[in-house]
Amino acid sequence: MSVLADTMASGRGAGAHRPWLAVLHDWVVTVDHKRLGVMYVVSGLVFLAVAGLEASAMRVQLAWSGLHIVPPATFNQLFTMHGTTMVFLVGIPIVFGFANYLVPLMIGARDLAFPRLNAFGFWAFLFGGLLLYFSVLGGEGLYGGGSAPAVGWFAYAPLTGRAFSPGNSTDYWNLSILVMGFGTVATSINLIVTTLVMRCPGMTLGRLPVYVWMMLVVSGMTVIALPPLSAAQIMLLLDRFLGAHFFDTQAGGSAVMWQHFFWFFGHPEVYILMVPGFAFVSEIIPVFSRKVIFGYPMVVAASMAIGLLSMSVWAHHMFAVGMGAPLNAAFAASTMLIAVPTGIKIFNWVATMYGGRIRFATPMLFACAFIFQFLCAGLTGIMLAVVPFNWQVTDSYFVVAHFHYVLVGSLVFTIFGAIYYWFPKVTGRLLSERLGRWHFWLFVVGFNVTFLPMHWLGMMGMPRRIYTYPADRGWDFWNLVASLGVLFQGAAILVFLVNVVLALRRGERAGNDPWDAWTLEWSTGSPPPPYNFETVPAVGSRRPLWDLKHPDDPDGPHE
Amino acid sequence: MLRLACRVLLLATTATIFTISPATAGGNGVTQTPSIFAPAATPAYATRELTWIVFVITGAIFLVVAGLTVYAIMRFRRRQGDDGREPPQVYGSLQIELAWTVVPILIVVVLFLVTTRYIFAIEGRPPVPEALEVTIVGHQWWWEIRYPKLGIVTANELHVPVSDPAHPTPTFITLQSADVIHSFWIPQLAGKMDVVPNKTNRIWIDPQKAGGYVGQCAEFCGLQHAGMLLIVAVQSKEDFAKWAAQQRAPARNDAEVQAGRELFSSLSCINCHAVRGTAANGLFGPDLTHLMSRSTIGAGVIQNTPENIRSWIDDPASLKPGALMPAMKLSREDLDKVTAYLLALR
Amino acid sequence: MNERGRMGMIGLIVAEGSLFAVFVVAYLFYIGKSLNGPYPKDVLELPIFNTVCLLSSSITIGVALRALRSGATRRSGVWFLGTIVLGVVFLAGTAREWYRLIVEHGLTIGTNLFGTTFYSLVGLHASHVIVGLVILSLLCVFSFSGALRRAHIERAEIASWYWHFVDGVWIVVFTVVYLVGR
Repeated sequence: MSVLADTMASGRGAGAHRPWLAVLHDWVVTVDHKRLGVMYVVSGLVFLAVAGLEASAMRVQLAWSGLHIVPPATFNQLFTMHGTTMVFLVGIPIVFGFANYLVPLMIGARDLAFPRLNAFGFWAFLFGGLLLYFSVLGGEGLYGGGSAPAVGWFAYAPLTGRAFSPGNSTDYWNLSILVMGFGTVATSINLIVTTLVMRCPGMTLGRLPVYVWMMLVVSGMTVIALPPLSAAQIMLLLDRFLGAHFFDTQAGGSAVMWQHFFWFFGHPEVYILMVPGFAFVSEIIPVFSRKVIFGYPMVVAASMAIGLLSMSVWAHHMFAVGMGAPLNAAFAASTMLIAVPTGIKIFNWVATMYGGRIRFATPMLFACAFIFQFLCAGLTGIMLAVVPFNWQVTDSYFVVAHFHYVLVGSLVFTIFGAIYYWFPKVTGRLLSERLGRWHFWLFVVGFNVTFLPMHWLGMMGMPRRIYTYPADRGWDFWNLVASLGVLFQGAAILVFLVNVVLALRRGERAGNDPWDAWTLEWSTGSPPPPYNFETVPAVGSRRPLWDLKHPDDPDGPHE
Repeated sequence: MLRLACRVLLLATTATIFTISPATAGGNGVTQTPSIFAPAATPAYATRELTWIVFVITGAIFLVVAGLTVYAIMRFRRRQGDDGREPPQVYGSLQIELAWTVVPILIVVVLFLVTTRYIFAIEGRPPVPEALEVTIVGHQWWWEIRYPKLGIVTANELHVPVSDPAHPTPTFITLQSADVIHSFWIPQLAGKMDVVPNKTNRIWIDPQKAGGYVGQCAEFCGLQHAGMLLIVAVQSKEDFAKWAAQQRAPARNDAEVQAGRELFSSLSCINCHAVRGTAANGLFGPDLTHLMSRSTIGAGVIQNTPENIRSWIDDPASLKPGALMPAMKLSREDLDKVTAYLLALR
Repeated sequence: MNERGRMGMIGLIVAEGSLFAVFVVAYLFYIGKSLNGPYPKDVLELPIFNTVCLLSSSITIGVALRALRSGATRRSGVWFLGTIVLGVVFLAGTAREWYRLIVEHGLTIGTNLFGTTFYSLVGLHASHVIVGLVILSLLCVFSFSGALRRAHIERAEIASWYWHFVDGVWIVVFTVVYLVGR
């Protein structure tokens, strides 16, 4: 039994009972990609709960017009911390945590290319996250008991300048993300090198699992798109501490330049978050439809196209800034264009399901909900690319609805699907299907009840980032509905937590391959031994385990 | 089955929502929903038209793709008594891939061309000689409104003449910021335009129905971003002319409030506020020359009543937490005098 | 093994290139937009000597690697040292230039947009030169101590790529600041 299994089962006394300090020490000094992956995901889920509570507080305040439950200063901190936490402390770590765990296993490697750099990446993330939340204690500096940043997760200038954000709250936002950024770039380089150099014999690039291809694209995007954010943040640091004028409009600086730099990072960032979600379902849907993914080359090509095109659309976040008609039109064009490869992927997934024998285990439930919700998200995205419509609904609840359909309705749903799918591999235990169904249905209902009405609220004129609204706008009813959805989502998360705890304690033991899947991680133990594979595997197609299970009809000749 | 039922319910609810017309043009102009589906000016009309086109296209795509997905889920789910054999493995199809690449590209091209036409039609519109010019400066957290050619300075309440489509008299607004980025948004009149420091933006409206329209700042600008509301009063040409004449006049100098005026002039009020015709010429806060001609104070946050004026002067933060005007800490008598003076500034 | 190091270094260079690109864009955008002087043409002098030193150091490091490849570890140590000296001279020249700008012309990072973009871009580059010098010092010390041997040529090569990158960035900075922007 692996040490990991020992640790997981330590509560039951299985295996040698080691002192908890020794166990903790093992986890703190680890450079094993599997452990680091687990640490990333667990930390991300903890921050998910925190950010969820922040959102819940906001929804309580907004449930009706004119409420005084949360004061304005606190509300502004809540939406800043909620957005920052969700993007940088939930999305990124979970997505890269899964990649950490899965990529070496899927390519038959023993670990990532640079195990110590991997550990650095995790600790940089954790330190950054703790630094951000330390702002709650230390942010106000001389003046008060502390405060979190309140400038929004994209921190537009000149609101973030010394003149308009005194104290140190904004500096916590700035520095924590800067530190985390270095870790993320390091992990991305690590993943790229691993994928290009450490594949097992027979695994050509054309035989990479779709998941690995997509994580390769994501890592490439990160290496190029994250440094611009770091650069902008260094500039903001210089402005705030050394009196520089990068974004100081009083000295001739440009507030719009911050937006260009930020969104040049920010748009690829949302694809960096979302493409791993695509990667999850690209593994889950084929297995539970019992069919090979339809159009592998096209799926891979579409992912690369998305990676490339995502670098060209950033100013669609800035249609209302006054860039002028030619630039507005150009960015509308590129934004609409990126819908094409994205749509192609949806079609490929549906085509995979078509003609299959679909088994609706919990991972597949989440993947199916993803299809519908991502379709909504993508279509509202196309609507937002229509510039005059964008002029009406940007910075309104319509856009809030859109990106929550992307990040919750699509990304979080696929993350849950991935957790249910790979939990048996990581822990050796199966999660309960019954509890999984409860989790799924509560979450689907709660999510849609909260976010669907927001499309309408935006079109009825409700802007975003307001801590209250007048009674005569007619927004009360749908805000109340949206707030009630939170109860279902909260219940869903609780059910999920119960499921995890029960499974760890007395879940049914999973074998190597509980789902009858086809990629290499299912060929080794659950959980895998520290060295991953007893003998280095050799593959002859994209689905090595299919070939083993169907020696009469291997994949190779068809590819 | 349950899942399908839920989805149908959601779709039905959404459809119902979308067919309800949400806004009524309130006669008193104060209570109405600023819906983008209740336009009153050309930019908003054009956008609504475009929105319907986009809804139809994306709605059709949704129905087709969601429909296919629902069909696949229903038709190809594993049934009881399934022998556990794997279904035929289909690796791909060049024709199908080509089809669902080319068709979306065509849709995108059409959508792009339509969008571009509307972009240039709205953004590229040059001002006509009869156009009214207004300059609006965004502050934390109120709107300074100037009519340069009419010699008027006011705050938070924009008055414009109604525009006859046959002989348009649009209003062209120049947008500037005194501090951070704001955004000017009156949904029933036009899409929003950001108000950016060190940058000048332009927007135009030609409201075709008299009445009141509401909006608010739409770019997070700090503590009271939520309290930076906008009121647009669209008036007949005669009413607008009367309003403009009244606004152009210097401040009233009623004898009853002489004591209040002197007190006001001796306090720091005059450093931030302007009252035309007196020593007060501050630019940091709203112009008070015709304060009582406005229906709200605090940028739309509270009604303009004597009690509210008094409370505001006493402690603005009690009505609008974080407002940049300090509590004046006046004695009760002084507060009464100053309030009386301001109430006289009609 | 070395394949990983090579690809890792390429990844780092791409990321750093992206970082520098944004500072270069900011510099180019703000050319001519300062509200007050001093202006570039008033105060900037072409740092020819500095540039020659830095670019020559790319040659010296190449010679050092050639020596290492042929097993002449001590000789490579000398050439590494030479590279370091050239790098230090470059930094000293930058320091002198900054002293002159600050004390004689009153140009600081907060003076105007030119000061802001100049000091940040040149400073960012200088900080990377410092990091490069640290790496070079390790190579130098270990070649003199004998720990660095011919077998390590691949790793030393990968380290030299960082130095070449720093030189390449200087060519861009020089062009943007002293040629285009002046």
